[in-house]
Amino acid sequence: MRRFLHGLPGVDQVGLEARAAELGTRSIKTSAKAFAIDLAISMVDLTTLEGSDTPGKVRALCAKAIRPDPADPTCPAAAAICVYSDMVGVASQALGDSGVRIASVATAFPSGRAALDIKVADTKDAVDAGADEIDMVIDRGAFLSGHYLKVFEEIVAVREACARPEGSAKPDAHLKVILETGELETYDNVRRASWLAMMAGAHFIKTSTGKVQPAATLPLNLVMLEAVRDFRDSTGGMVGVKPAGGIRTSKDAIKFLVMINEIVGAQWLDPDWFRFGASSLLNDLLMQRTKMRTGRYSGPDYFTLD
Amino acid sequence: METGQDVEGEPATSATSAMFDYAPAPESRSIVDIASSYGLFVNGEFVDPTGGKSFKTINPATEEVLAEVSEASEEDVDRAVKSARVAYTRVWSKMSGRERSKYLYRIARILQERSRELAVLESLDNGKPIRESRDVDVPLVAAYFFYYAGWADKLEYAGFGTGTPQPLGVAAQVIPWNFPLLMLSWKIAPALAAGNTVVLKPAETTSLTALLFAEICQQADLPPGVVNIVTGAGATGRTLVSHGDVDKVAFTGSTDVGRQIAKSVAGTSKKVTLELGGKAANIVFDDAPIDQAVEGVVNGIFFNQGHVCCAGSRLLVQESLADDFLARLKRRMATLRVGDPLDKNTDIGAINSSEQLAKIRELSGVGEAEGAGRWAPPCDLPDKGFWFPPTIFTGVTAAHRIAREEIFGPVLSVISFRTPAEAVEKANNTPFGLSAGVWTDKGSRILWMANQLRAGVVWANTFNKFDPTSPFGGYKESGYGREGGRHGLEAYVR
Repeated sequence: MRRFLHGLPGVDQVGLEARAAELGTRSIKTSAKAFAIDLAISMVDLTTLEGSDTPGKVRALCAKAIRPDPADPTCPAAAAICVYSDMVGVASQALGDSGVRIASVATAFPSGRAALDIKVADTKDAVDAGADEIDMVIDRGAFLSGHYLKVFEEIVAVREACARPEGSAKPDAHLKVILETGELETYDNVRRASWLAMMAGAHFIKTSTGKVQPAATLPLNLVMLEAVRDFRDSTGGMVGVKPAGGIRTSKDAIKFLVMINEIVGAQWLDPDWFRFGASSLLNDLLMQRTKMRTGRYSGPDYFTLD
Repeated sequence: METGQDVEGEPATSATSAMFDYAPAPESRSIVDIASSYGLFVNGEFVDPTGGKSFKTINPATEEVLAEVSEASEEDVDRAVKSARVAYTRVWSKMSGRERSKYLYRIARILQERSRELAVLESLDNGKPIRESRDVDVPLVAAYFFYYAGWADKLEYAGFGTGTPQPLGVAAQVIPWNFPLLMLSWKIAPALAAGNTVVLKPAETTSLTALLFAEICQQADLPPGVVNIVTGAGATGRTLVSHGDVDKVAFTGSTDVGRQIAKSVAGTSKKVTLELGGKAANIVFDDAPIDQAVEGVVNGIFFNQGHVCCAGSRLLVQESLADDFLARLKRRMATLRVGDPLDKNTDIGAINSSEQLAKIRELSGVGEAEGAGRWAPPCDLPDKGFWFPPTIFTGVTAAHRIAREEIFGPVLSVISFRTPAEAVEKANNTPFGLSAGVWTDKGSRILWMANQLRAGVVWANTFNKFDPTSPFGGYKESGYGREGGRHGLEAYVR
């Protein structure tokens, strides 16, 4: 495992960041912008991960995810809502058969500091309560101390815990693996952790918990997109990418979409393969969407808080 | 939603995936006023040429005529040199360095203030994408002026021996069409900082930004005659460099013309710097950061349509990596956007002239005839204007003409090597020696390669990076003398 991960080609920080910045200069206007905004809305994992979360807050968030813009029925729904595992039941009831998925963080989120059986139990709880997707965190301590196999085996165990009994109405939950790039620090580490997660069976690789800075930057997204692209080239398997934390404006979101378009291709321009983990981003997208349609900016009071 | 691991091809909900086509995002050309005709800039004002001759300058992307530009006669060149001489003796050489630096700083600030205008005009007249003129050319132009403005009052500390370095006098400067404004700044900024006055001749296909620069000199209240700009073709350039009252000749352009200039100044007291052609090797080892190396190779040869004297036109790739690297390079090339230079999303603009296009076509034809494998991504080229798709040749050997001659277009020759020693041997096996690139994660190898490569600039894990503090120039037939940095200043003092 170690040999393989350390045999991956290195990342040159200066070159990587220059490329990410260059892609950020693309100018997306008119019809392309309208397309990008609707696509971005449909990729949002509307997130609340606070100690103060209540059933009321989660129900409000679910309503927002189903109909982000109550004034405009043509506005697409968000991809999912993302909550702590104890709120999955509330969300499940609120979302019903709307098609909006329920993502639950698990495995002692955000630090990941717990025994494996506790992480597995946490995951099973969320799956049993109806989560469609599990956002797990890797053991960064193990990764940074070089115990790659331990990290790998944990991901495998959590993926197994995502399975539902045969004959269940719902398919197995999907596994998103959070690398917490802000704690891995180097791009070389991010590339290695991406491969580690993909080989262990991740459906998605996700940048951050949102609790550590820096979170979802463009260069990090670039490293991860290159990883899923190379993984598909060598194994044929598609893995999704989810940047989370710090993406607040439509302009930022569009830069990510441009990057997908030019680095991995249009196949990843789909909520099944790309998500934004965000909360405040959605309202900016809605504001820009309304501006595109009406030619005027509306104040923030015209958009629901959640 | 499908599971990640076992899906090949289209995802389950492919209905939402669609091509993300970028709508046109053209930069407005209304920011720049182009006159219908331009005079010569002599002694601080625009004057008509004595011969009354002029020529048309066109937009190479559309073949539309942009303006009529004057053709300077022998008499005009003489007038310009005389005005430079008078300005040198009476004003500029007597002015303190601190005063000279004020003018240079002022010019640099105006260049920044008018950067959008300059970028649009550069793209219109040259054909280069606005992304490059806006993000590379024009910011660098201002940076060179700022940098040399700082030297003007510190010449005695530049390390050129004891005493204050003295200016040479009148500098005759001839620049090419690939970076019209940037080459102007490389020439004019150090000359003026050191106390010389100049007569500059821009390339005939790209005179407009130099003439806009003349306006900026007026706006900065630069004393008349310190900067003179004479437009014209080869004959005007010859007259200028062979003028008897010129103390210094600086030329950037082809090796052939450089040779003629060297002959014409031989036996005179003129100081000369020549920055000529190149056939740079971009050397990729199998331990390179691959994705960034692909990017560097693309930037090395397709930046500015390959109209770059230091372009990495030979890719030397370690054989153990060659197949993987080529596949990645081709995939990347397929995403290059060729088209309207004023569109902000264009990566590759127009070839500067029909003559240059013919030359690129001819040499590419030779490459094919010699048996090299030609490949270009599918791309729609506009009907009007001069265009050439980004192209690579594989299976190239050192004996092929495309591996030896400078094509000066978006054409890359791919050559493989087995060991570092062989890479050095192949990289150095060229009459040129302007630049080289080394891609490896191993620091010790970078240093070793840099010592072995006979090239004026060696880039490590990057390519085509320019900075005013860094000297630039060639070995062998790539010319002599250095521009940029402290070394660039030395060419303008005694």
